[in-house]
Amino acid sequence: MVQLTLPKNSVPKGGKHYPAPAGSSGKTKTFKVYRYDPDKGVNPSWDTYDVDTSLCGPMVLDVLIYIKTHMDPTLTFRRSCREGICGSCAMNIAGRNTLACIHGHDDCPSDKIMISPLPHMPVVKDLVPDLTLFYAQYASVEPWLKTETPEPQKEWKQSPEDRAKLDGLYECILCACCSTSCPSYWWNQEKYLGPAALLHAYRWIIDSRDEDTGARLDDLEDPFKLYRCHTIMNCAQVCPKGLNPAQAIAEIKKILVERVV
Amino acid sequence: MATYEFIDHKFDVVVVGAGGSGLRAALGCAQAGLKTACISKVFPTRSHTVAAQGGISASLGNMGEDDWRWHMYDTVKGSDWLGDQDAIEYLCRNAPAAVYELEHWGVPFSRTEDGKIYQRAFGGMTKNYGEAPIQRTCAAADRTGHAMLHTMYGQSLANATEFFIEYFALDLIMDEGVCRGVTAWKLDDGTLHRFQAQMVILATGGYGRAYFSATSAHTCTGDGGGMALRAGLPLQDMEFVQFHPTGIYGSGCLITEGARGEGGYLTNSEGERFMERYAPTVKDLAPRDMVSRAMTMEIREGRGVGLKKDHIFLHLDHLDPKILHQRLPGISESAKIFAGVDVTKQPIPVIPTVHYNMGGIPTNFYSEVVTKAGKNPDQVVPGLMSVGEAACVSVHGANRLGSNSLIDLVVFGRSAALRAADILKAGATQPELKHAMTDGHLARLDRFRHADGGTPTADLRLEMQMVMQEDAAVYRTSKDLASGVKRMEVVNAKRADLKVSDRSMIWNSDLMETLELDNLIGQAVVTVVGAANRTESRGAHAHEDFPDRDDAKWMAHTLTWFDDATGKVKIDDRPVHNFTLSKDIDYIPPKSRVY
Repeated sequence: MVQLTLPKNSVPKGGKHYPAPAGSSGKTKTFKVYRYDPDKGVNPSWDTYDVDTSLCGPMVLDVLIYIKTHMDPTLTFRRSCREGICGSCAMNIAGRNTLACIHGHDDCPSDKIMISPLPHMPVVKDLVPDLTLFYAQYASVEPWLKTETPEPQKEWKQSPEDRAKLDGLYECILCACCSTSCPSYWWNQEKYLGPAALLHAYRWIIDSRDEDTGARLDDLEDPFKLYRCHTIMNCAQVCPKGLNPAQAIAEIKKILVERVV
Repeated sequence: MATYEFIDHKFDVVVVGAGGSGLRAALGCAQAGLKTACISKVFPTRSHTVAAQGGISASLGNMGEDDWRWHMYDTVKGSDWLGDQDAIEYLCRNAPAAVYELEHWGVPFSRTEDGKIYQRAFGGMTKNYGEAPIQRTCAAADRTGHAMLHTMYGQSLANATEFFIEYFALDLIMDEGVCRGVTAWKLDDGTLHRFQAQMVILATGGYGRAYFSATSAHTCTGDGGGMALRAGLPLQDMEFVQFHPTGIYGSGCLITEGARGEGGYLTNSEGERFMERYAPTVKDLAPRDMVSRAMTMEIREGRGVGLKKDHIFLHLDHLDPKILHQRLPGISESAKIFAGVDVTKQPIPVIPTVHYNMGGIPTNFYSEVVTKAGKNPDQVVPGLMSVGEAACVSVHGANRLGSNSLIDLVVFGRSAALRAADILKAGATQPELKHAMTDGHLARLDRFRHADGGTPTADLRLEMQMVMQEDAAVYRTSKDLASGVKRMEVVNAKRADLKVSDRSMIWNSDLMETLELDNLIGQAVVTVVGAANRTESRGAHAHEDFPDRDDAKWMAHTLTWFDDATGKVKIDDRPVHNFTLSKDIDYIPPKSRVY
């Protein structure tokens, strides 16, 4: 269950200031970054880095790498592909969950940019959240093709129209931006599956090749797993891939109603 | 030295890496009843397979007649005859079944009107032994790697594969030439782990980040290759580094070859479709090494585009926006984000960018690691296998064809599992590990953790990347390569002067990047040394002082050993396999490589 205030040991306190080196251009922006070091046993803090953005690339990830390279090698964050396909560098930038690698610092609303880990997840260190629960929820929708008909020698046939039903679903990169932006998920994350897992559930329900639709639907017919979605739509607002998990959830609800009437 | 303790695990098989090849190998081993662990430094769907775009090759014949022999011929010719033809036969024969398996697992392939898997044209893929381009590359829009990796991860969950996620592998546990397991560091709690196994399968990917500009992810640091070198094993054909013709100018992000497969073409500053001059038959669908050289030539001769005339345009603006939306949605998005280009209206600025390592840990087609011992060039290293980009089996030889890497992952991931099932007994007793086998692993970790010299990791990494970028590029000269060897010696020596600022054990990414840099440096060294040694031009190794292929002298794999203590490289060679696997196809003898 959600806590309305942060526990005492989680309230950010203080923080260091790293000024831009003398002679910086006028393109200096201020990045306030959430820091937490599990080894120190002290509260998290907001460290401030003044970065001359003319010296780094256009994306927030470029800024973070610049900070790690030139100002503070201890700053810790996940990153890999740097092109928006691996989902590693999901974080909250200027109040919005997104991928640092495809979010331009010029696209942030001001020159003072706050960066924190994905909200409402345990923090391992700095910008690295613990996503164990998120991954377990993904696994719980059994994200694999289930068939009973004996497999054909070649491929299962699927019409282009049936294949098109997977568009807007299969592109999910499991970055967790959606689930961790959802107030229902913040409140009930131990019971509500959250938008990402439900989007995947729908991806397999709607796949014309899958033959386990009934059991998949039965599994979701639960007051919490599915029905904690209150169409707040934060998920669709923040998805860095432009997907709409809320719509997928609504489709599942529709199918559940249709199969009763 | 601080004291460290290991947490012990015992498995039949430990797979290191959870990309396409690692997942396929782990799945197969688990299904065969072997107790299998898969350890990975990133969550499986973050592995670099996820970034593969255009597709996976297999002669399904969904778009017209095809034959695995044609696929084999193309692969041999693409490899500039450096590929081992027994392994290439194994790859091409088993490719269709491997693609059907992926489809049965649920990969959302694009479809033809009659509901079959859609296939597109790709560079160097031809019908009837080089006659004309063929559509052989199976695609899920332009997100094929993503679709495959996520599906394979789902399949691993279905088969209850045991994952150890965000564990960073440190070193191979070697016992007088036999691999007994691997040590790893668990990032989220800082504990150290000793995985004992009858078989370790290295599926750790390539080392693209040895270069300054690469399509490769930040995590592509060739950790398996680094571990193999420290275990005293050789790497093979490391001088063959593939430059992808179409990395986005500036960011280096990938634009799939499938863009040209769907009808895209390259132009120079005069608006000329210059590939028609370099490859009259297949034009823009020539293999990557040739297209990258052609682009470099155009730029050198003053026909580059842009203010500095230092790149080339890729046109998609003549294609139907509906087709772009349906078949190339991902790169349309990337071009917008990273080049500010609307592909329906403007060309994409592109430049040849480091993309793939043909070289790696030498294996046979069973995926068993081999080394040269005395006169035997195929001596199996007991307890060790390697698959995927980390390995050099060698099906790609001197130049890989686009879409042959995804098929390599699943065909050889499967072959490793089949072989492991054949030669291992589930639950067999394993000899006791001795501390002496892992003392060096801990000493190395501790040395870097407390490194307090004058060279921050990021500085030395940049220095290495610039050496590789400048001295081991698309075209190489004796002078460049001699300079590269010298400069890499300097980089290597500076490992002793590294500075790490974070001393903690929990998610210490400063230390992890340092260990990765250490893995990269050894491989960068053998890459330039191997390149300087090979006085011919073949595939991706274009040596300007020796512009011709020299089969009499150089029809051989390069083997390189790296002495971690002294930085010295030992070079030897292995014969290229001039035989096939079966009587269904004869050895394809070398001839001149024109398209």
